[in-house]
Amino acid sequence: MLPAPLAVASVIGAEARSGALVFNLAITLARVAAAFALAMVLGAALGVAMGRNKSVDRLCDPLVTVLLNLPALVLIVLAYIWLGLTEVAAIAAVTLNKLPNTAVTLREGARALDKSLDEMARVFDMPLGRKVRHVVAPQLAPYFAAAMRSGLSLVWKIVLVAELLGRSSGVGFEIGVAFQLFDVTRLLAYALPFVGLMLIVEAFVVQPVERRVSRWRPRHGA
Amino acid sequence: MELKVSIAQKVLRTASGQTRVILRDVAFSLRQGEICALLGPSGCGKTTLLRIISGLDSDFDGRVEIPGPRRIGMVFQEPRLLPWRTVAQNLCLASSSSRDDLAEIASALRLSKHLDHFPGELSLGLARRAAIARAFAVKPDLLLLDEPFVSLDAALAARMREELLALVLERRAATLHVTHDVDEAISIADRILVLSPAPGQLLADRQIDTPRQALSQAHAARLKDAILSLMADAAS
Repeated sequence: MLPAPLAVASVIGAEARSGALVFNLAITLARVAAAFALAMVLGAALGVAMGRNKSVDRLCDPLVTVLLNLPALVLIVLAYIWLGLTEVAAIAAVTLNKLPNTAVTLREGARALDKSLDEMARVFDMPLGRKVRHVVAPQLAPYFAAAMRSGLSLVWKIVLVAELLGRSSGVGFEIGVAFQLFDVTRLLAYALPFVGLMLIVEAFVVQPVERRVSRWRPRHGA
Repeated sequence: MELKVSIAQKVLRTASGQTRVILRDVAFSLRQGEICALLGPSGCGKTTLLRIISGLDSDFDGRVEIPGPRRIGMVFQEPRLLPWRTVAQNLCLASSSSRDDLAEIASALRLSKHLDHFPGELSLGLARRAAIARAFAVKPDLLLLDEPFVSLDAALAARMREELLALVLERRAATLHVTHDVDEAISIADRILVLSPAPGQLLADRQIDTPRQALSQAHAARLKDAILSLMADAAS
């Protein structure tokens, strides 16, 4: 069932020496970063617009609900059929999978914006840029951080499926090759370093950002 | 700077579709450096009047003239500080004051030691002082105070009244101070406006001619009796 750890380590070593491991990890990471950034930016913009404007909410809500419930696989296959087996199709499919999730989370954040602080900013005639930065953004930050954390895990899983189905590089593609050969050692040799990389991103990027945006909250039980 | 307020009527439309008149025939003006207390029972429209003057509520019949350029400093009933910014950052955000000015205001309100604290770490009294400091930091031409000392203990409220008065006299802002405490109104204002129970109408516009320091206890007591009896007559 499972290969010996040393066997996996030796394949990891061989792939690393040939440069294939770093190349595939890098290309997958780049796809994750691109799809994640697009989904966060576009999803946040859409979510805030839906939370602040009822007409936009009514117009976009059905589409967001459909996208939320559409299996990731369907979107990936449709993107490859419509846009061809291209990089754009892969990233668009992953972005569309994550985008509704971000939009729904940020919509809640925009709905929960504190009216009394908005009034304070108006009375004191705060310029728009300063208001967005100091009044609005900090209120949306916890929602953005929540969307970010759930988003990263979702995006890297879907990127691997998109690579398996329609790309000729990346960790997902290599896992597909291992599957065709029924080679569990090779599968783990690509999967484990990638999971490790994602844990590093989580610990050194996502969590510090989360801590920073919630620095002002009083600590309870200290 | 002269504020001119002339409100024919302010009607509140509730979510259930009912309408209620909150203010009726309220007209007055306020000169630079004048401290005016606005007195009235709870629910008579004092806060609504302040919201109209500050520009937060534009759904009323009448007009409010504030000659520009004007800067408004407002102290709300709740401190309304940004919880994710320190006290110093809260003061800077709304202000055009220099660092020295901010330090001076913070020192006058005894906030200097708390400038690096977040609002969540402050007591209510300190948070209210920070809100007052923020209003002064904009160097206001018009200062609007909505019961800034409510729910503070008597000793702290008295001390904060003195601090506020010193700052207002120094900066010469036209000041409208909403309160339902007659003693507070007499101790702080050169002029007292009295609103009737809802719908709020102007019952009295009383100038206190005697300088604040020379106001004897007997005079203050007579003034208080007169205002209280006026309010009691209006309530009955």
